[in-house]
Amino acid sequence: MTSYAKPSEGDRKLGLVIDLDTCVGCHACAVNCKEWNTSGHSAPLTDLEPWSRDASGVWFNRIHSFEAGEGAQGRTVHFPRSCLHCEEPACVEVCPTGASYKRVEDGIVLVNADTCIGCKLCSWACPYGAREFDEDEGVMKKCTLCVDRIYNENLPEEERVPACVSTCPAGARHFGDLGDPGSSVSRMVQERGGVELMPELGYKPVNRYLPPRPKSGGCGGGKAKALEPAIDTAALHPALRWLDRMLSR
Amino acid sequence: MHPAFSVIVFTTASGAGYGLLALTGLVFAAGGFASMHWGFGFCAIGLGTALVAGGLVSSTLHLGRPERALRALTQVRTSWLSREAALAALAFLPILGFFVGWVLMGRIDGPVRLAALAVALLSVATVHATAMIYRSLKPVHQWCNGHVVPVYHVLAAMTGALLLNALAHLWGAPSQALAAFALLSCVAGAFMKERYWRFVDEDAAASTPETATGLAGLGKVRLLDPPHTGSNYVMREMGFRVARKHALKLRRAALVLGFVLPALLLLAAVLLAPVPAAIAATLAPASALAGVLAERWLFFAEAKHSVSLYYGAEAA
Repeated sequence: MTSYAKPSEGDRKLGLVIDLDTCVGCHACAVNCKEWNTSGHSAPLTDLEPWSRDASGVWFNRIHSFEAGEGAQGRTVHFPRSCLHCEEPACVEVCPTGASYKRVEDGIVLVNADTCIGCKLCSWACPYGAREFDEDEGVMKKCTLCVDRIYNENLPEEERVPACVSTCPAGARHFGDLGDPGSSVSRMVQERGGVELMPELGYKPVNRYLPPRPKSGGCGGGKAKALEPAIDTAALHPALRWLDRMLSR
Repeated sequence: MHPAFSVIVFTTASGAGYGLLALTGLVFAAGGFASMHWGFGFCAIGLGTALVAGGLVSSTLHLGRPERALRALTQVRTSWLSREAALAALAFLPILGFFVGWVLMGRIDGPVRLAALAVALLSVATVHATAMIYRSLKPVHQWCNGHVVPVYHVLAAMTGALLLNALAHLWGAPSQALAAFALLSCVAGAFMKERYWRFVDEDAAASTPETATGLAGLGKVRLLDPPHTGSNYVMREMGFRVARKHALKLRRAALVLGFVLPALLLLAAVLLAPVPAAIAATLAPASALAGVLAERWLFFAEAKHSVSLYYGAEAA
């Protein structure tokens, strides 16, 4: 049903916390997402013309790279973008068939591919571009927060996290219950001043982004210190000193 | 936003159809058309229903799974699209009653007038639901504003009034009141579209690349590398941009074809002899519909979705 119970205090709100300070923009999370999900809950993640120059397909996770700030304070920020599993998801409210729904038990937003009519209105209602239409199957697809991994008892316990989180080589992606103020992800958001995206639209996204840490003065920001000489040439054997002089020309 | 041909045709045709049905129903319910031949009723209700039904069929063409279209009737509690579908389906009942009563049985008494009034109310409600689909989409600043719903209503009333006026002329029973109403709606439509376009040009969305990325603390944010070298669904559907110079040309075309020319043709129809007057009155809705098609195309093409901020747009 598209009318859903809005989460209240203490409800489970599963989501991701993405650390923009450590993300290196390697796209491994996007690739592993595609790999897992093309045979997962919303399989397949269709690719059209996959071997041509105009290859185009469904991905749940896209990695943008931005420049932020000017001059010495400017920096490159890699920015993974996926469904934020909003507390008040407009994509669910606008769905005319009830195919889009928000789970009461954990807040995950999913699409029922058997009842979706492919009207695409949900993709218009999502400000974050999280929904991608599968032209081949005629239905809408989106991030499932790896609902088929996180509760999967056939996987070892440490692997019961979304594919993007398990694969991130930089440890920039964290998964947990953002409804529990004591959870590790909630504490991380608290300590690092985690932000929500486009808060002005009022969808209350669950996922949070940790802003890059301030630059330290030592590297890049302030004056670089001269390096110590690697060897003290004065203390060398005269023959080696001569060799060092010749090679340093 | 990508201007999907099927949706543009749907909103234009169904707007005109509901406008025609609403006005026919209102005039009939108020005791008008009492002396008109049943054939006039056949044409008015028939044309209105054909436009509405044609529009609905066109709208299902853009569905990925059109065979499941009936499911769209189920979520009236939250979805304006569902409400639109349900109201459109519901409206066919009084339309049938109105048609059977007036055209087939030749009756103009209470129950048929009641059906005519229900046709008018449900037609207005359906146009309202269509407009609210766009009005309620917060990621699209050019849709989520106070101009959108009144414009949909006025354009539906205008195209409907021009069609009804043409039918009255063709039936040899032109009405000064109807022509005056049509003329007034042309003037109101032009005025409101101009105001809407000024809003589009001057009013910026609250969302920016900084709010979209949460990086406002670092300063100005601009795209360095897109996530993929090719295109994708999000860029094709939500990232459509129309060149400013084309948009201005199309605005002029929409203004002239949609409002100015129909208004001049209406005035000509009042002044001319019956036969050329009927021709002018018939050309007026044709011109208006062409203008509204251009207007509707622009309504999509000039709408900027907030997701474009992630793909290099500096404003949405």
